[in-house]
Amino acid sequence: MARELTKKERMQIPRQPMPAQDPMERIRNFGEVALGLTPEMAIAEAERCLECKKPRCVEGCPVGIDIPAFIVEMADGNFEKALAIVKKDNTLPAICGRVCPQEDQCEQVCVVGNKYKPVAIGRLERFVADWEVAQGGEIAMPERQPETGFKVAVVGSGPAGLACAAQLAILGHSVTLFEALHKAGGVLVYGIPEFRLPKKIVEEEVGNLQKLGVELRFNFVVGKLASVQELFTEYDFDSVFIATGAGLPYFMGIPGEDYIGVYSANEFLTRVNLMKGFDFPAYDTPVGMGRRVAVVGSGNVAMDCLRTAKRLGAEEVICLYRRTRAESPARLEELEHAEEEAIDFRWLSSPVEIYGDDDARVRGVRVQKMELGEPDASGRRRPVPIEGEQYDMEMDTVIMGIGQGPNPLVTRSTEDLELNRWGNIVVNEETMMTSIPGVFAGGDIVTGAATVILAMGAGKVAAAGIDDYLRNEVRVPRSKADGT
Amino acid sequence: MATLLKIEEIAPAFKRYLVEMPEIARKHQAGQFVIVLLHDHGERIPLTIADSDADAGTLTLVVQEVGKSTMEMGTLKEGDEIQVVGPLGTPTHIENVGTCVCVGGGAGIAPLLPIAQAMKEAGNEVVSILGGRTKELVILRDEMTAASNEMIYTTDDGSFGAKGFVTNALERFIKERGKPEMVIAIGPAIMMKAVAEMTRPLEIPTVVSLNTIMIDGTGMCGGCRVSVGGDSKFVCVDGPEFDAHTVDFDLMMKRQRTFLVEEEEARRRYLEHHECQATKGGELS
Ligand SMILES: Cc1cc2nc3c(=O)[nH]c(=O)nc-3n(C[C@H](O)[C@H](O)[C@H](O)COP(=O)(O)OP(=O)(O)OC[C@H]3O[C@@H](n4cnc5c(N)ncnc54)[C@H](O)[C@@H]3O)c2cc1C
Ligand code: FES
Repeated sequence: MARELTKKERMQIPRQPMPAQDPMERIRNFGEVALGLTPEMAIAEAERCLECKKPRCVEGCPVGIDIPAFIVEMADGNFEKALAIVKKDNTLPAICGRVCPQEDQCEQVCVVGNKYKPVAIGRLERFVADWEVAQGGEIAMPERQPETGFKVAVVGSGPAGLACAAQLAILGHSVTLFEALHKAGGVLVYGIPEFRLPKKIVEEEVGNLQKLGVELRFNFVVGKLASVQELFTEYDFDSVFIATGAGLPYFMGIPGEDYIGVYSANEFLTRVNLMKGFDFPAYDTPVGMGRRVAVVGSGNVAMDCLRTAKRLGAEEVICLYRRTRAESPARLEELEHAEEEAIDFRWLSSPVEIYGDDDARVRGVRVQKMELGEPDASGRRRPVPIEGEQYDMEMDTVIMGIGQGPNPLVTRSTEDLELNRWGNIVVNEETMMTSIPGVFAGGDIVTGAATVILAMGAGKVAAAGIDDYLRNEVRVPRSKADGT
Repeated sequence: MATLLKIEEIAPAFKRYLVEMPEIARKHQAGQFVIVLLHDHGERIPLTIADSDADAGTLTLVVQEVGKSTMEMGTLKEGDEIQVVGPLGTPTHIENVGTCVCVGGGAGIAPLLPIAQAMKEAGNEVVSILGGRTKELVILRDEMTAASNEMIYTTDDGSFGAKGFVTNALERFIKERGKPEMVIAIGPAIMMKAVAEMTRPLEIPTVVSLNTIMIDGTGMCGGCRVSVGGDSKFVCVDGPEFDAHTVDFDLMMKRQRTFLVEEEEARRRYLEHHECQATKGGELS
């Protein structure tokens, strides 16, 4: 039974620090940086929760996990019960506990945080998920409802696709997940590095999906091997969910960007994470990184590139960002980890040109010094160049981590699909249905590059929308309707 | 997974693979390619489709063994399985333009074959100019003959057809017979560049198919980018075919050498570990 604690006593328990690998040690390996709380720490952390009557944290959670309820169970040491509560609303807790920006979500509005540090909700979420795996044995799987006979195609296996497929399978539909690459997980496998999210965790989640009866089709590019329309007409699906993400890398449009040694963040991370290029020549895909590496941008993607470059042995790893640390869009935790790992941050610095040698190999970057001017439409102070302040930095590799747009393969090949002016798919937010009846979409392809939890949440909302559409509008599965 | 049904050596360091892949065979159009992965430690290798048979559910891939992965592919046996993704890239625009000269060099003859077939089918007078270092490296002659109205051959050493390069033959053709309505050139970058330089002043519409470094083949990494008309284009989705007169071949040729050191190391290690027949090797285009 949990200890009886007063509110005051609860508030006095310090936020439990996350055990982590030593910075100088971890920059030499790809092992996970944050090691996870011990059971004792997890219980102590759970005891900090005030069990608010009107919990603001639940509203702060994009998928509305019943946070106080699961934390109460944790404080009692009932990890199994705690996990069941989390899993009701979040099928991927081991992943979200690691990569969600809790400081902008549940933890931002935690009442304890008004005076002290907020309850470490994310760490607790991760703890229960890891605890289950550590117990060994079978992972508790939700029960599948009776077969409905409907067939649903889920296109893209990132968090939106994974969540939607799992939910549809539980609802009794027959689900096929189509993935263009040879592995499932989307950004979780090709983008986010091993040291933040071990790939074993993603593999386990994918394995669970298969246990739920979801069929996986790898190496299947929708829009090429079959169009969305053909998924209905030739493959007999009753509904299609598009979750193809924001995988189109942006470049800056400055001179020299096509030189050898300039990579998009996606290319660099894919070579390392998906193709395991850090282990070349044991794996066949080279990374080809130089001694001095500059990464442009300061979001999570840029942090991942910087820290990966460091681990690959680059001697100088420099971040170029045109605003200041305060405006950096990366999670604070990622930024701090990068700083601990001796990344050289150059704030108010923007590359204007990449120069190279006669073989078109990068030799360096010309950097423009910036200052913050008047606030722009978004309210953020706009970086403006300081006239005459440019300098050159010798570099071997330049990685562009300045953002991604919607992957156009599916959207371009699908007639009548309404897009907004950035090329994202327009949906009805309640059902996630697109302008084409029976075709749904969610995740980054709808919102633009966002977060894992939002993509997952969209996948769940879409699953409900699809279920409703199938039962109330389609009524008879295509495969049956055709047969007779 | 796709099963390799038949493997033949069609020239030194050139193998032809018949791959069971019914879905791709049904969809494949001239000008498209696939990406192949041999095993979990492998790299993703872009390969052009030399032929497809929708009824039999098969694809034909012609692979020149130039690096570690293509050599390793060469050691596979009939019945082995590989992963294949495709068809990727934008299909060739097929139209009856009149006379279409198809210029192919080395491994570039393989992707040229389905294009020549489709152009002929569309009613064009197809004249094929094929070249190679020596006679046996001018591959797929019978197949190309069936897909063309007329054949012209060149070899560097004069062992077959006219001695010289394909560009010499193209020049001669134009001098004798006038400007064709269209030229399609596929082969080593240096050859495609030479063809482009030749047809540019004559204003003959010319199409080339580029083979750059690729990873995903779906527009996700940008590793395949080339400069076309001053814009950065992704070969895997915007191409592989482009207007030859707008491609920056010099930059592309340099970019092809991005991983030269690593590729050489992988090749050397591979050969050391597998003292195989592959030592004959091919030459890098
Ligand atoms: C490097 C990096 C770090 C990040 N870090 C964080 C973080 O710490 N926390 C966080 O919350 N978010 C983070 N994000 C953002 C987060 O990963 C994304 O918002 C989320 O993955 C979007 O999920 P999705 O399912 O919409 O798409 P994706 O994860 O992009 O998955 C889309 C999938 O669809 C496949 N696909 C695309 N086209 C086709 C097609 N035509 N046919 C078949 N399949 C196709 C793709 O191959 C891919 O597997 C990060 C992103 C990156 C790139
Ligand atoms: S191969 Fe990655 S974008 Fe073309």
